[in-house]
Order: sequence, then structure tokens, then C-alpha cells
Amino acid sequence: MSVADPFTAPGEHAHAAAIPYSERGPAPVESVAAFGFWLFLLSDVVMFSGLFAAYAVLADNTAGGPDGAKLFDRGYVLLETACLLFSSFTCGLMALAIERRSALPTYLWAIVTFLLGAAFLGLEVREFTRMVAEGAAPSRSAFLSAFFTLVGTHGLHVTLGLAWMVAMMAQVATLGFLPIVVRRLLCFVLFWHALDIVWIGVFTIVYLGAH
Amino acid sequence: MADSPRTHHAAQGQPPGIERSQRGSVLSYLTGLAFAIVLTLASFWAADTHLVWQPAVPVLLAALAIGQMGVHVVFFFHISTGPGDANNFLALAFGIFVVGLVIFGSMLIMSNLDANMPAMPMDQLMKMQR
Repeated sequence: MSVADPFTAPGEHAHAAAIPYSERGPAPVESVAAFGFWLFLLSDVVMFSGLFAAYAVLADNTAGGPDGAKLFDRGYVLLETACLLFSSFTCGLMALAIERRSALPTYLWAIVTFLLGAAFLGLEVREFTRMVAEGAAPSRSAFLSAFFTLVGTHGLHVTLGLAWMVAMMAQVATLGFLPIVVRRLLCFVLFWHALDIVWIGVFTIVYLGAH
Repeated sequence: MADSPRTHHAAQGQPPGIERSQRGSVLSYLTGLAFAIVLTLASFWAADTHLVWQPAVPVLLAALAIGQMGVHVVFFFHISTGPGDANNFLALAFGIFVVGLVIFGSMLIMSNLDANMPAMPMDQLMKMQR
């Protein structure tokens, strides 16, 4: 017991160290599900890294068309960023409500998160339609192809996240806080936080990197 | 027998996203939000400022972005280098390694190819586009 156990929190040392690793049995399903979803998120980020690499390589190839400095409006992007950042925060508050198993705050924070996410998506769709109307469509240049692929893939993730949130609220309403529902909810929270992290890369490299 | 999920977590490692001390959770999210707002505004300020030597601006932006990602990982994902987080942290480290390889590897290879490619006359380029 004097040897430090690398997988035990200091406070819970006495209990866990009494059981040898070989006799602890399989990890509980909450740990396995969350860890598996964490691995999926990391693989999703690796996929985004490919799109970021493509954008970084192609950003200067505008084929005589409009470049980023001409197309992007930083105030508009700051508004989008604020929507997504605050939705990530309210999603965290929803996670706390789920851990307390209290339904009303869960619904409340879910609605706020959904509205902020939908606002972000609406702003993005408006930006895309404006760009296409100005002749800056994905087919205009390699730069614009890479831009729409990268930012569009992120937007698609947000869209799927919103659909997932609606499905989860329906499950909370019909099934209540069953262990499997709570597991899915916490996976959703991780997914939503991950989208915000990817967005930090997008606004830094795509929008602020253009000059 | 103390067989609650919490002691299981202690024995098998903490899943990501779970705050260990329940009391500090709201405070943790608020701290993360405050840091994130400051870093985001700093990024948007840095992109427009003339106070900083211009070639250094991309480096400053990258530093601010990496800092903000770190803030999100610590305060929103609750991933730490603590003992219960060994699996999550190792996976994260591997993810960062692969992302770094893909992005910087692609940029290095493509800029190297670009620099070593003989310049092509414009009319020939136009022919290739058709």
C-alpha cells in the first residue's frame, strides 16, 4: 500500500488499493462508454485535421477570385463564435443538471443550448448564401473549395448535434434518467464541447488567418 | 460494500467529462467561460492590431488558439494529468500527435514541393485547366 497506484485518486486510495488489478473485474459500462466516445471524438478531430491541412495548403490558391480578406467579416464571425462558446457553456450546465438527475434544469439548459446552436447555424447558412450570391461558390477556386469543405463539415456536425439533442430530450421525456439515457446525454455533452474546440481552430486559421 | 459507480471510477480510471468534486463544477465552467472569452477577444484583437510586429501575428494567434483549446479541455472536458485520468490523457496526447503530424507534415511537404517545382508558363497552365 506504500506504492503509489497510478490509477487511483488520492482520496480513494485505501479502498481501491486493497483490491489487486487482476481481481477488479471489467470496468463499469459508464467508464467504457465515455472512454470509447472520447476515442471517437479524437478520431473525428483527426479527420478535421486533414481538412485543416487541405485548407492551409490551398488558402492562397484563389485562381484570380476573391480572397479571404475580401470575403470574411470579422464582427460577424465574432458573433458566431460567441453563440457557439455560450452554447458550450450552457451545455456544461446541462451536464451538471443531468448528474443531479433534475429534469427541469436539464430541459431549460437544453433549450438554451439548442437556440444558441441554431443561431450559430443560421448565421453560418446566411454567410454561405451571401458568399455564393457574390460568386464565391465552392467551384470558384481551390481556396473556396477547401473553405466550404472545412467550415461546411463543422456546420454539418453542429446540425447533427442539434438533431441528437432533440432526440435526447425526447428520450428524457419518455424514458426518464435511465442509466443508458444518462450515458447518451453525457456523450452528447462531450460531442458538443468538441465542436467548440474545432471551431477555435476554424476561426483562428480560416477567419483570423486571412489578411 | 461500497460498490457505487464512484468507487468503480476510482478503481478503473475516470471517464472523460466528469468533474471529480461536484461542488466546484459550476465554478469550473464559469472559470473556463471567462478564460475562453478573454482568449477569444484577444485573438480577434491580435488579428487586427498594429501594436505587434506583423510577421509575429500568426504565432501570437496560434499561441492564443492553443491556449484556449487547453482551457476547454481542462474546464469543459475536465481532462487532467491526474492519476484517474491516465487513459483519457494518453488518448488525448496520441490524438494531438496525429493532428500535428497531419497538419504540419502536409504543410511542410506541400511547401517543399511548391518550392522545388519549376514555374510553369501561364498559357500552359491555362491549357491544363481545360
